[in-house]
Amino acid sequence: MEAMEVDSVFYTDRSGRVTSNPLLDQLPSYQSLLYRRKSSTGGTKRRSSTRARLSSSGSGKWGVNTVNRLEEKQKGQTEQRPIRELAKTMAEKRRDKTQRLVEARELSSWRQWRQSTRRNLRRLKDDAQEWLSSLQLWRGDIHLIEGMFGTGILSYFSFLRFLVMLNMIIFLLMFSFVMLPIIMAPYSSGNTTYNQNDGSICSVYPSSARRGLVIFHEHITDLLSGGGFLEQTYLFYGYYKVDKIHFPSITYNLPLAYLLATVAYLFLSLIWIVKRSATGFKRNLVQDEDRFQSFCNKIFAGWDFCITNENAARLKRSSLLYELKTDLEEERIKQKIKDRTRKEKCRIYVIRLILNLFVIAVLAGCFYSIYVATVFSQEAQMNNTKVNFIVDLINEYLPSIVITLANFITPLLFSVIINYEDYSPAFEIRFTLMRCVFMRLTSIGVLLFSLWSQITKCKEEPCVCGYNHVLYSCWETRVGQEMYKLTVFDFIIIVAVTIFVEFPRKLIVKYCECGLAKWWGQQEFAIPQNVLEIVYGQTICWIGTFYCPMLPAICTIKYFFIFYIKKVSLMNNCRPATRPFRASSSNFFFLGVLLIGLALACLPVIVSVAQINCSQACGPFVNYTTSWEVLPTTVAQLPDGVRTLLFALSSEAFAVSFFVFTCLAMFYVIALAGAHKRVINQLRDQLAMEGRDKRFLIQKLCQAQRLSAIKSPASKSQPRSSRSSPCYHTSFSNNFNEAVFLAHPPPDSSTHV
Amino acid sequence: MGTTASQLGKDLLSEYQELTFLTKQEILLAHKRFTELLTKDEKDLPNTRVPMERILTLPELKSNPFRRRICHVFSTCEQKDGSLTFEDFLDLLSAFSDSATLEIKSHYAFRIFDFDDDGTLDSGDLEKLVNCLTGETDDTRLTVEEMRQLISNILEESDIDKDGTVNLSEFQHVISRSPDFVSSFKIVL
Repeated sequence: MEAMEVDSVFYTDRSGRVTSNPLLDQLPSYQSLLYRRKSSTGGTKRRSSTRARLSSSGSGKWGVNTVNRLEEKQKGQTEQRPIRELAKTMAEKRRDKTQRLVEARELSSWRQWRQSTRRNLRRLKDDAQEWLSSLQLWRGDIHLIEGMFGTGILSYFSFLRFLVMLNMIIFLLMFSFVMLPIIMAPYSSGNTTYNQNDGSICSVYPSSARRGLVIFHEHITDLLSGGGFLEQTYLFYGYYKVDKIHFPSITYNLPLAYLLATVAYLFLSLIWIVKRSATGFKRNLVQDEDRFQSFCNKIFAGWDFCITNENAARLKRSSLLYELKTDLEEERIKQKIKDRTRKEKCRIYVIRLILNLFVIAVLAGCFYSIYVATVFSQEAQMNNTKVNFIVDLINEYLPSIVITLANFITPLLFSVIINYEDYSPAFEIRFTLMRCVFMRLTSIGVLLFSLWSQITKCKEEPCVCGYNHVLYSCWETRVGQEMYKLTVFDFIIIVAVTIFVEFPRKLIVKYCECGLAKWWGQQEFAIPQNVLEIVYGQTICWIGTFYCPMLPAICTIKYFFIFYIKKVSLMNNCRPATRPFRASSSNFFFLGVLLIGLALACLPVIVSVAQINCSQACGPFVNYTTSWEVLPTTVAQLPDGVRTLLFALSSEAFAVSFFVFTCLAMFYVIALAGAHKRVINQLRDQLAMEGRDKRFLIQKLCQAQRLSAIKSPASKSQPRSSRSSPCYHTSFSNNFNEAVFLAHPPPDSSTHV
Repeated sequence: MGTTASQLGKDLLSEYQELTFLTKQEILLAHKRFTELLTKDEKDLPNTRVPMERILTLPELKSNPFRRRICHVFSTCEQKDGSLTFEDFLDLLSAFSDSATLEIKSHYAFRIFDFDDDGTLDSGDLEKLVNCLTGETDDTRLTVEEMRQLISNILEESDIDKDGTVNLSEFQHVISRSPDFVSSFKIVL
């Protein structure tokens, strides 16, 4: 009786007579629609509003029909999806499965066969994935770290793993296209032609191998500096003096292979990094837009469910609390910044200007000292004045030492300076980081620049060979040695800091009871600094691979050990940072910095390949003026058709049209994005409107209920039992939830009445 | 249903593989870990329910502030005491596994966060949620003022239809744009 009453309010329109229903005309969305229709002028607006009207009047027709239809739709959707993707209990899933099997029997044999093959394929794919993931390097270690420290630090370690893989692939590339042919040549009756010296002064290459009795410590010096007996090995550019290898069937053009392998490893790195960062970038883009849901992300996705360690859980809790408090604080600070007076603003801007000038001065000072150190070190090496073992080694390593020192001191300085600049806390961190990234990566640039200025500086201008052939008869090898030294030194420093700084610090903090030690505390495992460290190493590796083809192998080994060193250091010496680093932002940050490093690495390689004359005394490119010349020469030898095609591809006409086409595609995508954004806003408005409709209808429903209760006091019982199991539905459709609301009276209905 | 690894039949295993996101190894491991929780007499009985207190001794759940909610959500017990059968346990692990879809994960996350089981996250649920995250003791709790600001911020960001609560579709919408959720909503044995 009562249900009939309620229904009669809503079901009068079953035949579709929507317009005549007085209740629906009262809906807030319909009301505002009428209002909008009067005032709206634009065509697009009208169209969207009619659509809104249609959907809102449609949503008025709640009833068995709609729910049924929805259920059918749901069923249709679930049909296509695997059962395990349903949010149901095991028993329900099993029932679904048997039901599906029964239904499948009614299908045609072709369908049955297709379904079963699909199922088998899926199982095969699962098995393959399982097998692949079991092959993954350091699976157990990473799982352990995840459990103890959460996803932020985990992302650092998976980044390290990524670099190990990347370097390994680069090494395999260089190995199989450059080294393998040379190694294979004698075994497969290959005939190797070497570049011949034409007897000019440019092609004199004095041997640096030690003669006579070699003292043991000289071996160590050689090993650390890449000179002496190491200079004439596969390690360095100078050793690859092969021009062509004649195998029985084909002739292998080594210079071409060398150049193409270089281009290939740079491209491979670029594509791999971009592919890895694409997902993170997309999310970041979504996030940046109107600073969406920073709090929601923190609350709903704040807890790392993978944490298994009680200690880590406590840390996570306190860091979450800290983060929430600082974020709330930041809101208030932002408010404060808005309320600043003009005088205050002026004062802050002046302070910022002065401090920025100071920062620039510090950077300039660092760069100048790197320059001086490089020049000094090069001259000391050239003069060959042997003082003693230690001094020689320091001379060799002077640039690396200065760079490391500069990179150690400046971040400390920056973190002090930033306090006086009065930015918001989040920006402070980002800005300091940006300065550090700049410092780290440009110091390599400065080193290369100083080397380059040394190489191209001759006593009598202009240089006869295009470079200083007296001091740098094989300058590529020299650059390779410099990169080799940087890599080795970087590794030594990382190991030394862990053993001689972090470990004693931990011991002091643990066993010394005095206040100073307590205040100092354990070393924080600061992810940004650590990432910067390895990105710096990777940038050196990219630059150096051209000059020192074995460098990726060295880097692979280096990162492999760094993984274990960092893991041990993290477990024993360090504590996680108080301000945690989010996995999402960190992934993007890592790859962003890595991309900057790659761009920076490409620059010197491209300049040296295309601009600087390659050395005439060593290396694969002796017969060419610059390394790049190999390519035009090879293209000229190709058959006519291929040559014209390649020329067409490299012509301006093609470049311009390609550029225009890319621009058009980009504009299209931008326009599409804008349109999507507008649609999203419209839909959001509509959703808010539906919400108002919902509340209005609930109110009406309560009124109707009250009326019916007065009319028929006999039927007191309300079907409330159904509320005990709330209806969860995985569909994104909003209508359904509203339908649920109407089917079960809301618990707080009394407040509405 | 069998009770030791060897007794977990091949058909059952492949059925579990089909019905969950777990791999064969993971199911076997789960079975091993679950069997360890059983007492001697229970091992012989099929479909034993392990009470919540014993489930919570698992290190993977022990330090989780939502452990009780997780058990309640995945329990199929009539009495709502949070006890789990092996299949419930598998459901739990499946939802938290690496390969589970975002939709499944967000669905269960919503139910876990819905402390009063009424189908929406209202401000009471959100307050409990925040307290779970930051810790229950007085000195770790946010002040009343901070809590009020936080909850109003959350609702402003996620409550699209402005009815003062977050319903499942709104929650899933928010989660679909939350970058950290997939990586953090994960329990692996």
